[in-house]
Amino acid sequence: MSASVSLRNRLNTVVRDIPRSGIRDFFDIVTTMKDVISLGIGEPDFDTPWHVRESTVFALERGATHYTSNLGYIELRRAIAGYIAKNFGVTYNADSEILITVGVSEALDLALRALLNPGDEVLYHEPCYVSYRATILFAHGRPVEVETSAENGFRLTRAMLEARATPKTKVLMLNFPNNPTGAVMGREDLEEIAAFARERDLVVITDEIYSELTYDTPHTSIAGIPDLRERTIFLHGFSKAWAMTGFRLGYACGPAELIEAMMKIHQYTMLCASSLSQKAAIEALTRPQTDVAEMVGEYRRRRNYIVGAFKDMGIECHRPLGAFYAFPSVRKFGLPAKEFALKLLNDEKVAVVPGTAFGACGEGFVRCAYATNMENIREAMTRLARFTSKLAG
Amino acid sequence: MDELLKMLQANALESTADIARMLGVTENDVKARIEGYEKAGVIRGYQAILNEEQVDPGKVTAVIEVKVTPQREGGFDTIANRISRFPEVRSAYLMSGGYDLLLFVEGRSLREVAAFVSEKLSSLEGVISTSTHFMLKTYKRFGVLMHQEPSDERLSVSP
Repeated sequence: MSASVSLRNRLNTVVRDIPRSGIRDFFDIVTTMKDVISLGIGEPDFDTPWHVRESTVFALERGATHYTSNLGYIELRRAIAGYIAKNFGVTYNADSEILITVGVSEALDLALRALLNPGDEVLYHEPCYVSYRATILFAHGRPVEVETSAENGFRLTRAMLEARATPKTKVLMLNFPNNPTGAVMGREDLEEIAAFARERDLVVITDEIYSELTYDTPHTSIAGIPDLRERTIFLHGFSKAWAMTGFRLGYACGPAELIEAMMKIHQYTMLCASSLSQKAAIEALTRPQTDVAEMVGEYRRRRNYIVGAFKDMGIECHRPLGAFYAFPSVRKFGLPAKEFALKLLNDEKVAVVPGTAFGACGEGFVRCAYATNMENIREAMTRLARFTSKLAG
Repeated sequence: MDELLKMLQANALESTADIARMLGVTENDVKARIEGYEKAGVIRGYQAILNEEQVDPGKVTAVIEVKVTPQREGGFDTIANRISRFPEVRSAYLMSGGYDLLLFVEGRSLREVAAFVSEKLSSLEGVISTSTHFMLKTYKRFGVLMHQEPSDERLSVSP
């Protein structure tokens, strides 16, 4: 056993000191149990559209099994440029301003590594996706969290950012629609943030992986605000809107200088994203998107159902406007979020993710993904109602 | 299409209370709209989608191409309606192309279907010819796969 102790001492201290994701811990507990209804799954329950899967098989038969350009197939980059121009109103040059990556996760890592010197500060809002803080630390940056709250619909305001900014602030990270809260930012909200980024001369990294999944208002990208494109790295991918999580395919769009810097890291570490996944993505982008529209309709109905069910239970739940997560407050039951989730799992076999997995200010909340079928959602809500009335009683 | 119809088409057993919640309207509104669709004949009925190979393995389904002579007043409709009224005919469509009507005919045996074709269908005035194909296996009906169970390979908790 002494050998492992000495190895631990040899680990990079940043890596050693970062805890494992709270989601991972929870997953380990859930997998030991049977018949659990999970509202803990952060990926679509829809299958990847069949035309995408079928064309992937075809690509395999045709022999698309080799390295691609470091940036990715030019055909895919052109399709992305067209898609972004049409849906986000921002134009990027397919030759020099788009990089295909292994999911948005890699793109985020590349962007931070390309930008940060040790000690540079990165503003990011919490609750947020589990990997942001760790990714900033791995890139030797200093994560500076900005806490958002339910009262404000988990939106970000300029005042919140001002309070946390310093002369060392270099990057602002955004993720709307948001995982885990389902919050979105309207154009006016974003203009305020854009003015702040301009005045402070910050680079903005915006993770818009859920941008197709908005339910009441159309999505607006900060990259589409005048002048912001020149200081923004726009990240997107195929995991959510096309249910292609396992394909691991994302992309970064931005000014050529930034993309070139990111490409260098990508070139030496990843070489290129999977050729087959890239072929699948071309199919996803170049065919009509009835599949996506169908999914959005279904998610909206589930969102309405789940928010209504929480209301019936007397549980406060801000109305998620995008993504596929509800983030109700369980504070009134007097249990820390993690204990609430563990007890719910034990007593009623329903898995939700404690809000603390997404940052300290997630305390008092749990994340309930509605990326599962209505049958499961109905049953989970019945069990939750029984559980919470017992807790309250 | 009305979202309500889409939901009923996917699952006609969905309760009106749940439909109301999902659409963000009142239950009475949902009930009234369904009733309206039923009265207007938009909703023609509700059926379960069965895997018939499990229910009645001996059952025979034939797909029959029929050439007919359109009639003077009423065109194809008169003859098509007459054919459609036979209970053996489960579906009937007017087609473009090499024949006029496409029928799906069900029977308890090959003999029964053959008898229907030769004695009832072919002998109708206006039917010029028929071409009968027997169905061997059903893979998908009404958008539902018959033999594959849905599988969920997702991890039970993920970020």
